[in-house]
Amino acid sequence: MKHLLSTEDLSLANAIRILDTAEEMAAVGDREVKKLPALRGRTVVNLFFEDSTRTRISFEAAAKRLSADVINFAAKGSSVSKGESLKDTAQTLAAMGADAVVIRHWASGAPHRLAATDWIDAAVINAGDGTHEHPTQALLDAFTMRRHWAKLGGTGSIGADLAGMRVAIAGDVLHSRVARSNVWLLRTLGAEVTLVAPPTLLPIGVEQWPCKVSYDMDETLERGVDAVMMLRVQGERMNASFFPSTREYSRRWGFDDNRLRALDRLGLKDTIIMHPGPMNRGLEISAAAADSPRSTVLSQVKNGVSVRMAALYLLLSGDTREPAATPTKESN
Amino acid sequence: MTSVTSAPVPARVVLNQADIDRALTRIAHEILEANKGSKDLVLLGIPRRGYPLALRLAQKIAAADPTVDAAAIVGQLDVTMFRDDLSHQPTRPPYPTQLPRTGIDNKVVVLIDDVLYSGRTIRAALDAIIDLGRPRIVRLAVLIDRGHRELPIRADHVGKNLPTSSAEKVRVRLEETDTAPDGSSVNEVVIEGGA
Repeated sequence: MKHLLSTEDLSLANAIRILDTAEEMAAVGDREVKKLPALRGRTVVNLFFEDSTRTRISFEAAAKRLSADVINFAAKGSSVSKGESLKDTAQTLAAMGADAVVIRHWASGAPHRLAATDWIDAAVINAGDGTHEHPTQALLDAFTMRRHWAKLGGTGSIGADLAGMRVAIAGDVLHSRVARSNVWLLRTLGAEVTLVAPPTLLPIGVEQWPCKVSYDMDETLERGVDAVMMLRVQGERMNASFFPSTREYSRRWGFDDNRLRALDRLGLKDTIIMHPGPMNRGLEISAAAADSPRSTVLSQVKNGVSVRMAALYLLLSGDTREPAATPTKESN
Repeated sequence: MTSVTSAPVPARVVLNQADIDRALTRIAHEILEANKGSKDLVLLGIPRRGYPLALRLAQKIAAADPTVDAAAIVGQLDVTMFRDDLSHQPTRPPYPTQLPRTGIDNKVVVLIDDVLYSGRTIRAALDAIIDLGRPRIVRLAVLIDRGHRELPIRADHVGKNLPTSSAEKVRVRLEETDTAPDGSSVNEVVIEGGA
């Protein structure tokens, strides 16, 4: 594993390895000295071409807890606004000796471009590219679910996958890189995914994805579900009328107080409500749902640091070969 | 054809199950003697094989001193993130660190590992301990001391001093962590390779 670009091509072994390592990293957050010397002398560049609060801060906290040096780069206020290309920016960073580049870009595929070219010889971590993927978000969601279910089952979470778990991902799937990354990763981990969205907010070709599709939120809840992941309605990408009004969206696809009560009525006492943030309270999720004991929003943020520490550690320490591809030595 | 194929040097067993057991019994008593009893004692095993050794030592200490609860004094200390060779070795996944409930502040911490060689693991362990608390004393107990130190570190309690050449490999196999090639359980220390 040299880069972390997508969850679609992440093998089960590597996914479990990241989650298990994150489990050990989480323990560091509870210690008196919240710092490990593992990446001392390494430089991590946060290259953000798009606004972000929690992802950038989370990566920064993760890199600092591993003792790496962090350089933050935001496109606003940099030479990018003077028209500098991605290539020139990357080569500048390479000349400064970056060991890892955490990139968020509005163009799908920008991290792949950075990883596939010789512009920069650093580990590339995709922190969200266009409407393509956001792998660390999917990993932290999986980590949160795995911990929750391990706690319910009274078993340890180390080495476990998510086989048989029913996850509903609801909302703006069309624009959501979080939904895409989650669909691929949850498939790899063996969970059963249902996308719930109005037909206008589902991408073309969604029937090819390894998941079920529903247009009806209540019906999905009634069939039973272990986790409901609400997606943000992305106002900044709403360039067409995807739904008639926000009230209608909220009533049909939002997680409102009625649906929160419905979970109790249906006897789904262990179902959790997830949201990658930032939340539009009152639109896709009601305040009562967001603040209920079922909500994992804040533990998702906390787990994000652990998962990103694990990703940085595994990519930047040592000799980073695919563990799955064990060399088959041919003797002749 | 002039090449001479030298037969592989067979693995030599230097400690068998009974030897390991006797060495651990002696170390357990040494630890109690050096500490003048079991007060404030904490045993921290270094993964992987130091931890089962720490558990066995705790059992023996509890057998010698009935006031000791074996489970309450043992912990596991992972040193992976503190190693100085992280960028030269294949990535190692970290193991859990678990401290006894009483913590390690003002305790007498005995680090337990299977083989003492370069001393670099112990260096990393000392750094890891400092991030977790401030013990009153840190001591070191190892099953095997094979020499070839690269740092000014020595063990307080040694199961067996084993003079080796650096071409040889010392392997500790414990039933908790290893199985013999035929699948049966093992408790032994063997030397492999060398001239």
